[in-house]
Amino acid sequence: MTSLLTVSPSPHVRSGMTTQKIMLLVVLALVPAIVAATVVFGPRALFLVVFCAVISMFTEMVCQKLMQKETTYTDGSAMLTGVLLALNLPATLPLWEAAIGCVFAIAVVKQLFGGLGCNFANPAITGRVFLLLSFGGDMTTWVKPFFYRGRSFFEMFAATGNLPDGVTGATPLASGDAGLLDLFLGNVGGSLGETSVLALLIGGVFLLVLGLISWHTPVAYLGGLAVLELFYTLATGGEMTDVLYALLSGGVILGAFFMATDYVTTPMTGAGKLIFGLGCAVLTFVIREFANMPEGCSFSILLMNLLTPYIDKLTMTHPFGAKPAVKKEAK
Amino acid sequence: MNYGKEFTKGILKENPTLVGLLGMCPTLAVTTAAFNGIGMGLSTMFVLICSNIVISLLRKVIPEQVKLPCYIVIIASFVTVIQFLVHGFVPALYTSLGAFLELITVNCIILGRAEMFASKNNVLASALDGAGMGLGFTLALFLMGSVREILGSGTWFGLTIPGMVGHTMSLFVMPAGGFLVLGFVIAVVCALSKKNPPKKIGCASCPNAAACHAKCEEADA
Repeated sequence: MTSLLTVSPSPHVRSGMTTQKIMLLVVLALVPAIVAATVVFGPRALFLVVFCAVISMFTEMVCQKLMQKETTYTDGSAMLTGVLLALNLPATLPLWEAAIGCVFAIAVVKQLFGGLGCNFANPAITGRVFLLLSFGGDMTTWVKPFFYRGRSFFEMFAATGNLPDGVTGATPLASGDAGLLDLFLGNVGGSLGETSVLALLIGGVFLLVLGLISWHTPVAYLGGLAVLELFYTLATGGEMTDVLYALLSGGVILGAFFMATDYVTTPMTGAGKLIFGLGCAVLTFVIREFANMPEGCSFSILLMNLLTPYIDKLTMTHPFGAKPAVKKEAK
Repeated sequence: MNYGKEFTKGILKENPTLVGLLGMCPTLAVTTAAFNGIGMGLSTMFVLICSNIVISLLRKVIPEQVKLPCYIVIIASFVTVIQFLVHGFVPALYTSLGAFLELITVNCIILGRAEMFASKNNVLASALDGAGMGLGFTLALFLMGSVREILGSGTWFGLTIPGMVGHTMSLFVMPAGGFLVLGFVIAVVCALSKKNPPKKIGCASCPNAAACHAKCEEADA
């Protein structure tokens, strides 16, 4: 009874959802993908994920100590960045290169711009692009699924750089010869997070059900890409399964559910999210089909990140009944 | 007049590239290797000293209305001289600098020093100013070129660095790497010269100024 009589300033109703909870739930949503990657690429994949998460958190702690800020490395955002970055890497990437990517993502992309909430680009994606442009060879060496079978534990971990012939292969996006079911279940080469579509969808639906992400971005991104690929297939006379192949291969599923839905670097309103997703779809389509790179997912999300403030401005909502603000005359 | 100060100010405190942010085009374009950076820096330094001396000598002759064309003619003459010299004696540098050697003519540092300093000061001060500014420019380019060459190509002045073979980051020889290195070098120089960032940051140069309405109005008021 006394608590009912207590007068306190607003907000009076709290959701109980904290940054830490959201971040941990997103990491939880990524667990199926991590498990799938571990099954497909062996224990080194799991080790890479943990390694990236630890390095990211450590970098965040060091940066915040150096800048004499409140240390928030336990809020899970750095861990999420590390996990997402690891899912964007091939399983055989040397650890020091992965560490450079994590340090760049956290120190340069996130902390130098003011920490969580102030970064203009998605740290994990920028880290991946940084690594891709720096170590083009190692970043595009894809081992075949289950390459680790019949190898000793030490061999699995040492499998970086000089891999024997027959172990590596092109990603299904570049070769275009994987079966659709293999793509869906993850029996293909590629980055850790671009293998099993099923595992990613489980995580994505989990986030949608919990209401942590809205449907706008994934639907606009994947739908837009499907429509564009459909027109392209019709124009070039390909088979209808090519559309499905385009959606299931590469990193679009990971991108659409986990990267393009980042709170900080994507638009706030539903309309803005639709524009963001469609923009990603168009850029991904153009890069895939007309540029000399096999995958354009990370570049497209990064480019749309830069446009986010403008999309937010375009789609700003007005209070009900309020008159639109009169533009100030130029001085 | 303190002649020593006129010379030293350009090296760190008023460094034309890292503090004044002038001459960005050659700074980003030719610094893929330390040798190119030094070559570009020294060429610019030569032109800067010579043009400063001549403009200072002619500062009472040049009419106010046509000073810019006059400056450009003087600068372009010295650029032609250095271009022939580099072509004749260091053909390798001539090839790698390409059009940027000729573009020294329109380098804002040189025109800036002519307008800001040489047209108002005596010959000795102008020569020292040109030498200091040129040295600052050369050092900045050398620093950036070294970082980019070591990280991006694993070499320094063309010499292979042991341990870097196969571990290079090709991003640093790309244009994006140039911007990245420039940002870090500027940060280091600001820290060294104990320059604090401005308390109030204006919206004039902010790319997102259009999108963040509230803050800009606040800053204007």
